[in-house]
Amino acid sequence: MSWLLSLPLFIPFVAGVVSFLLKDGPGGRWASVLGSAAMLVASGALMTTVLREGVVAGQMGGWPAPFGISLVADYLSAVMVVITAITALAVSIYAMADVEARIARLGYHALFQILIAGVAGAFLTGDLFNLYVWFEVMLIASFGLLVMGGSKEQIDGGVKYVALNLVSTILFLTGIGLMYGMTGTLNMADLALIVPTLENQGLVTVVAMMFMVAFGVKAAVFPLFFWLPAAYHTPSFSTSAVFAGLLTKVGVYALIRMFTLVFVGDISFTHEVLLWVACFTMVTGVLGAAAQNDFRKILSFHIVSQIGYMILGLALMTPLAIVGAVFYLVHHIIVKANLFLVAGVASKIAGSTELKRIGGLYATAPLLAVLFLVPAFSLAGFPPLSGFWAKFILVKATLEDGRGFVAFIALAVGALTIFSMTKIWAEAFWSPHPDNQEPKLSTLSKGERRALLMPIAGLAVLTCIIGLFPEPFVQFAEGSAAQLLDSSAYIEAVLGVSE
Amino acid sequence: MEVLLSLVVGALVAAAIYLMLSRDLLRFLFGLILISNAANLSIFVSGRLISGAPPLIEKGQDFPVGEVANALPQALVLTAIVIGFGLFAFALVLTLRAYRSLGTLDTDEMRVAEPKDPS
Repeated sequence: MSWLLSLPLFIPFVAGVVSFLLKDGPGGRWASVLGSAAMLVASGALMTTVLREGVVAGQMGGWPAPFGISLVADYLSAVMVVITAITALAVSIYAMADVEARIARLGYHALFQILIAGVAGAFLTGDLFNLYVWFEVMLIASFGLLVMGGSKEQIDGGVKYVALNLVSTILFLTGIGLMYGMTGTLNMADLALIVPTLENQGLVTVVAMMFMVAFGVKAAVFPLFFWLPAAYHTPSFSTSAVFAGLLTKVGVYALIRMFTLVFVGDISFTHEVLLWVACFTMVTGVLGAAAQNDFRKILSFHIVSQIGYMILGLALMTPLAIVGAVFYLVHHIIVKANLFLVAGVASKIAGSTELKRIGGLYATAPLLAVLFLVPAFSLAGFPPLSGFWAKFILVKATLEDGRGFVAFIALAVGALTIFSMTKIWAEAFWSPHPDNQEPKLSTLSKGERRALLMPIAGLAVLTCIIGLFPEPFVQFAEGSAAQLLDSSAYIEAVLGVSE
Repeated sequence: MEVLLSLVVGALVAAAIYLMLSRDLLRFLFGLILISNAANLSIFVSGRLISGAPPLIEKGQDFPVGEVANALPQALVLTAIVIGFGLFAFALVLTLRAYRSLGTLDTDEMRVAEPKDPS
């Protein structure tokens, strides 16, 4: 089974190398698209295997766990890899028209594929140190993508992004060292068995907090999110979209994995901290967004705010709350990446992302307006789109847990999200263009239109499908929550088999 | 030996945090390099220290005899050093580029991406 687990990592690496060799011509772009498509097929195959057989584990290099590096796919990992492949495919098609030839020649598409490999690796690994390595693969690729082009804004944003992410990396590494010192193992399943037997549980909580801060920086939670709105509006739109969709979610995934599998000994403390972090993240994110006047800056702050909902699900630790967190994770990646893609098209035809300098898109580009409304309404949580179910499940879980105040915060933040989306709608789409231009989609060439709008439409359709037929997705999230809360299947799959 | 190394780690972290609190980007970066070495040392100490006994396996046997040094933390530290080297090389070049295009290394002055007065 190892080959099926390593395929979603292997394919983007190969695509990255091929894309780098062909970077001077159109071959680089196509290698990236084909790589993403192949990865989607591979991750689909992995998904069907996981659905059929439960948790799948493989040992790399034939070393039995816990000595070698394990790759593990449970429901959560599998769905995250599938959604990574979907986002990668959408963005790599979009990047064909979005990324200039000058930047493509620097190896943009190759770095993009390496980034995807890092993200997929982080989702699939079952070893703590290996998780660190995948984080670094992802990080160095994201550094490159972020500053490619070298404008002043990019360098400025890049400095803050690089500095804060490096701090988080070092904290993570120190946590790993202390964990190894206490337990003598780094295999996550093995850790789950050994950690509860340790005498000094106080030290475990200390290390848990180190991991929480390290992953919290990656996930951009309050008060560690400042690198995100400083950097996400500066690079090319494809870069923004893939960062917005995937990078912070790797941090959220790592938090969910560690705080359901390993650090469950002191829930009344650790998860209470997470709960307050979640509330502050939701509120500060949405208020930050309300103060912005730039398409991408508003969306960046909304990433922060939405991360709060996912952390909220983890913090409550009830089955329904975890269902909500998993559902939210999947919904959010699709919607948020899509909104950044829409912002890119709006900027290309209207000339800017600053809301005061654009307008009139509804009158002259109604198709784009519709394609904006779907993810925007979904983000705000309008029925029958995917965001409604995600918020509904989470608020219900919060109320069942008897935390009315937290539910109120979640709902109020949802209302403020509508305010921000309305602001973008009113200024960019409804009000006339300040320079009396008529931004039209027809100013783009036919090939550009196809490459830019197809991924947006595809992701919008996906949002509608999840919204209109939520049943199988919720059932899947329930299965995933059951696996997360009862880790015996995970541990058995990793430590029980030896190939 | 463990105590001595732990104290060294503590001193390194203290010096690193002092440097990282500076507004100067280059000093921050030096702090970051120091603290990453502190992290590497702490992994090394976590594996327990045994001197003078390399983890070599005699011919014909499956595992080493007696107490030998733990090889795993050394492998981890080596990986971390290589990764850290790559990251810091990038960060240094970025710092140089930031100085050339923004004209300053004072982080308070770096307001191009987030202007004080958004207009």
